Amino acid sequence: MNDVVSPLAKRDDEQVLTGWGRTAPSAATVRAVSSATDICAAITDSGPRGVLARGLGRSYGDAAQSGGATVLDLSSLADIDLDTTTRSVTVGGGASLDAVLKALVPAGYFVPVTPGTRMVTVGGAIAADVHGKNHHVEGTFGSHVSRMTVVDGRGDVTTLTPDETPERFWATVGGMGLTGVIVDATFDLIPITSSLISVDTDRTRDLDDTMSRMIAGDDAYRYSVAWVDSAHPSGRGVLTRGDHAPVDQLPPDARRTALDYRPKVLATAPKLVPSGLVNPLTMRAFNEAWFRKAPKSRHGELQQIGAFFHPLDILQDWNRGYGSAGFLQYQFAVPDDAGHLVGTTLSALRKIGAISPVTVLKRFGASNPAPLSFPQPGWTLAIDVPAGVSGLAATLDRLDALVLGAGGRLYLAKDSRMSPAMMAAAYPRLGEWQRVRDDMDPNGVFTSDLARRLSL
Amino acid sequence: MMDALGEPQSVLVLGGGSEIALATVLALPRARLRRVVLAGRPSPALDAAVSTLTAAGISGVATEAFDAVDTASHAEVINRVFDGGDVDIVLLAFGVLGDQAEAEADPDAAVTVATINYTGAVSAGLRVATRLRAQGHGVLVVLSSVAGDRARRSNFVYGSTKAGLDAFAQGLGDALHGSGARVLVVRPGFVRTRMTEGLAEAPMTIGPDEVAKVIVTALRKGRETVYAPGPLRFVMAGLKSLPRPVFRRLPM
Repeated sequence: MNDVVSPLAKRDDEQVLTGWGRTAPSAATVRAVSSATDICAAITDSGPRGVLARGLGRSYGDAAQSGGATVLDLSSLADIDLDTTTRSVTVGGGASLDAVLKALVPAGYFVPVTPGTRMVTVGGAIAADVHGKNHHVEGTFGSHVSRMTVVDGRGDVTTLTPDETPERFWATVGGMGLTGVIVDATFDLIPITSSLISVDTDRTRDLDDTMSRMIAGDDAYRYSVAWVDSAHPSGRGVLTRGDHAPVDQLPPDARRTALDYRPKVLATAPKLVPSGLVNPLTMRAFNEAWFRKAPKSRHGELQQIGAFFHPLDILQDWNRGYGSAGFLQYQFAVPDDAGHLVGTTLSALRKIGAISPVTVLKRFGASNPAPLSFPQPGWTLAIDVPAGVSGLAATLDRLDALVLGAGGRLYLAKDSRMSPAMMAAAYPRLGEWQRVRDDMDPNGVFTSDLARRLSL
Repeated sequence: MMDALGEPQSVLVLGGGSEIALATVLALPRARLRRVVLAGRPSPALDAAVSTLTAAGISGVATEAFDAVDTASHAEVINRVFDGGDVDIVLLAFGVLGDQAEAEADPDAAVTVATINYTGAVSAGLRVATRLRAQGHGVLVVLSSVAGDRARRSNFVYGSTKAGLDAFAQGLGDALHGSGARVLVVRPGFVRTRMTEGLAEAPMTIGPDEVAKVIVTALRKGRETVYAPGPLRFVMAGLKSLPRPVFRRLPM
């Protein structure tokens, strides 16, 4: 017997990782870190495959995985430190928005931006520069960050602010984790007097009706989003818009507990789901039911935070519902004058039988200074598609060309299949971002499967 | 990187002159393909393969000198290819049929068949597996053969090399389980290629294009073992269960 260790032997700290869409897996060494010092050590120890921070793995594609690399688990970097005098909070990069909301809502504060799930980390929210239903008035998550602590590729612990280090700050916002590891961040909060949202719900006749109502009325609301029936040729939908309800809008007996916040998880999807569950037939039925469930028009309804912002979080691990082939989400942003691409996309995908249960349309407001931030003024459509649909690759490539031609782009946190050429053309400031990234990470320590796939 | 829809960006062919490998590269989705390395002995077939792929609009086609017999050189060639960037799909496609009568008359000829088909594949396969495992993703496609399912009197030297290769590839696939990398074992039947030219065709004979289609489908579905054509699986299951005295008398 000798002591040779096989290069093929599996190690205990190795994990096969995928994004939320459960496609294109790769294996990495997962290392838990609980301080900036730990992160520096991981960077110093990193092998030729580099390092990447991973949050809760909610990006759909390959942004939070890196084959052969050291993937950092920051879940113990989760302190939440509220400062009521500045109405801001300093949070560890590994803390989830779920935890932040649980800590802050009872104290009368809300996060400046929440995406469609609260199961994202603060580090991930900044790295993907996430947006929510208030983008048309309040911009992205990164726009509300006033300061962050970042360990760069040299292993230096740095403080980034939009005023003192604008280049590095904005390269890290939307930088997909490739400029450094976010240890903690300080961001502004929205003061609230109740945990309820006052919601106006309207069913729409067709896509044109949805879009013209959004153009006409969105400015009157802080939060606005439309769900679209992707199975119905008309593209009819349900518009939900609202704002935090002031406590005096609550019934008198509910005012004492106005800031109570108990988000629910009703069920967890089973581990093994047959691949055929998501098919055009079930999806048509789902879309029909979702449309019928909504009232024709109901204004001033008081809804819980979870029901309004995070309806999908009620079913844990719902991404398993797509079976073993997994799924992807196609999300683009186009300027107002290319609004017709929303309808084009819906019909192109319907034609190949790619019918989505979750199709979301939203108006974006102004962009921020981050070179790789996704939102730009106009429309954004997000549509889930099972990865196994035949003809999908060619259809999406064709849609990419239309989006690009219209001056639009795809969202890196959702992408799992665009071409490197599409990326470079749709993000003309990629070169500018790469120069700052090279400065922050001269040895190329930070990398991801997404970065390799798109030659970032 | 392979994307969510199974579109590869880079492919390495070991045995770059192989007709099945060439057909497979041509059958792969190519919208994201930007690097194809054909590793093989310099030959007109290798040059022709480069021309065919380039003419088909595939960019980034390159060659590497690679000799299956020269196992001492394998590490350098394979490492150079992987150092040039992640490889999504490796086709281990080299192999020779040899001539059974010649092998029986001249054991050195039999050794050459064994060296190429088995020893060379063990050497290249392990080195590729180590690199795939280090990058945490990728598929090694091993061209085995139904001839390895059960040795036949008429070509048992070739059959035994494929039996060894097949067992090796299955074990390698199990070793890589959970590493992000995987192995696809392909067992074609009689395939119409230069290697089988002049031989009497067996039932269920197919062309390289049909094998390629089977491989591409298997890659998409994440399969571990496939027969080409697919129904051969049942034919071979039947043949494997025949008693020796019966099997021996079969006219094949």
